[in-house]
Amino acid sequence: MLFNNHFSVLLIVLPLMAAPICVILRNPKASWLVALISNLIIVLLSLSLLSHVLNGNVVRYELGGWAAPTGIEYYIDGINAVLISIVSIISLVTLIYSKQSIRKEIATPRHYLFYAGWLLCLTGLLGILITGDAFNVFVFLEISSLSMYMLIALGSERRQALVASFRYLILGSIGASFILLGIGFLYAATGTLNMSDIAERLPLVNNSRTVIVGFSFITIGLFIKTAMFPVFSWLPNAYQFAPSAVSAFLAGTATKVSLYIFLRFFYHIFGTDYSFGNLLLGDVLLPLAVIGFFVMSVVAIFQTDIRRVLAYSSIAQIGYIFAAISMATEQGLTAGIIHIINHAFIKTALFISVGCILYRYGTANINQLNGIIKTMPWTCAAFIVAGFSLIGVPLTAGFVSKWYLVSAAIDSGWWLIAVMILTSSLMAIIYIGRIVEVFCFKTGDATNSLKVKEAPFSMLLPLWFLIIVSVYTGINGDVVVDMAKFSATQLLDSLPSLSNSIGNPL
Amino acid sequence: MVEWLALYNDWAVIVIMMAGFYIMIARYNLVKKIIGLSIFQTGIFYFYVGLGKVENGTAPIFLEPKVIDDSTTNIAAGAVEQTIIYSNPLPHVLILTAIVVGVATMALGLALIVRIYEKYGSIEEDDIQAIDNKFICQLDDKK
Repeated sequence: MLFNNHFSVLLIVLPLMAAPICVILRNPKASWLVALISNLIIVLLSLSLLSHVLNGNVVRYELGGWAAPTGIEYYIDGINAVLISIVSIISLVTLIYSKQSIRKEIATPRHYLFYAGWLLCLTGLLGILITGDAFNVFVFLEISSLSMYMLIALGSERRQALVASFRYLILGSIGASFILLGIGFLYAATGTLNMSDIAERLPLVNNSRTVIVGFSFITIGLFIKTAMFPVFSWLPNAYQFAPSAVSAFLAGTATKVSLYIFLRFFYHIFGTDYSFGNLLLGDVLLPLAVIGFFVMSVVAIFQTDIRRVLAYSSIAQIGYIFAAISMATEQGLTAGIIHIINHAFIKTALFISVGCILYRYGTANINQLNGIIKTMPWTCAAFIVAGFSLIGVPLTAGFVSKWYLVSAAIDSGWWLIAVMILTSSLMAIIYIGRIVEVFCFKTGDATNSLKVKEAPFSMLLPLWFLIIVSVYTGINGDVVVDMAKFSATQLLDSLPSLSNSIGNPL
Repeated sequence: MVEWLALYNDWAVIVIMMAGFYIMIARYNLVKKIIGLSIFQTGIFYFYVGLGKVENGTAPIFLEPKVIDDSTTNIAAGAVEQTIIYSNPLPHVLILTAIVVGVATMALGLALIVRIYEKYGSIEEDDIQAIDNKFICQLDDKK
């Protein structure tokens, strides 16, 4: 496949330039087209990047030609390349879906702002994934977060969206500030901001209090950003009240990208031995993760709004991923990455199908949607397949990730954890089953509106694309598993150091 | 004790940050929350600014090295260049970026508050919560 080193910087520049073009055009259709075309190019670039990286190369791009420890470097290995492709594909898919869906949720004069915000958010997310500079991570994190707050607030037909966005703003800023502070401590200890360079110098100052304080601040900041169990309160409201396209995009990408930062910092920069061996990060992570997925699965059962069910289920999935990560073994990390990938597709599909229902019925309240499979068979079928995938029924993507998750837990000798994972999957059967029951078997007032048509084709197409992808990866899991294994080994290996790092700039 | 006082810079950071943090937690007025956030972030800016300071260092603007040409000293006629200590400019540059980000966050937060006030008629979190709850109850009654 065609590859050029400059592709990596184009991934950032393209959406960043396309966003102001959308604002200048001010036309909903034209700005959608600009967003779509730039996103399409990004997908192609990211796939080319992915195939290049999967051949065993590591892309290091010096921004502006300044060599690495002095200048900013873009660093792409397995895990970034995989996540860059996934984020850009999900963004493309939801962008196609958003054209119809936002018509009912956002006033037409503001559509161009929606696309501009979307592109900025994409810029931020790709930037986090691509950069090899610790401070750049913070900057891109704020770019993506600020545009995310704006996108959520655009759902202001429902006024709760504003409050949800505001709460996310407060909590998200605290999280980002903590990360900023942590990076400051790391800089104080090592005198550099380049990730590989920090990784190289940290062993010399490992035991200093500065590093430990920085470590703790980054951990807490990332907990907030990933909506880890005790600090998730921003997430349910944000997912429920945002425009449906935004919640689909947010659910698929935002927390996953924060998880990537987590992996990058604690496996690559601090090193597995240090963060999980010396500082016992696993001991903090595991209990929270287990309580998280267990409690959140229970909470999801009692929600009446489908989007809220999915939001709580998202927090539970984050718990699974953290449980897998905290094993600090290759199997655990592989399982975590597989689940990051699969869950991104599944949750986006689920949110899109709920968005389709919302588009036709104007509600996602479970009590008002009796028997809608008669009026919207394709949407409901997609929801059911994706729901099964979330539970982990065989032949779906969810099964592959649950399989690896449980076998990794057993490999580490954590039988209890394996049992807990399976039990909480049973709870997923309840909360998904409840919705499926309402869709298929209940008859009631909703069926009187038989005039309601199936969702438009442009909304069903992206939905079914995601469903087919998740079923394909369920039947032939090798593609995802191989990518995950590749990136996990690359993360765990001690990384190729910067040969040209010279002297201490302090 | 003296050692502790010598770290006055860090103490200031802690006090400013925690003051902001406390405002965010304890106040239910949304504008006050934003003010708290801003103070909190200012603490972090202060931390970074302190980070770059080198003792006896001057601002990192290039100075012509002063030539000490003192014939009374034993040093031979050759001139000795006085070393100039500069402070590290990098953290200051970094924090400039973070300040911009902080301004953007505050602007967005205030814009949201304006909208919230338009829709709810209040910027007290308790009131907003009460209005939302009432709204949900009404929906239930309709059913």
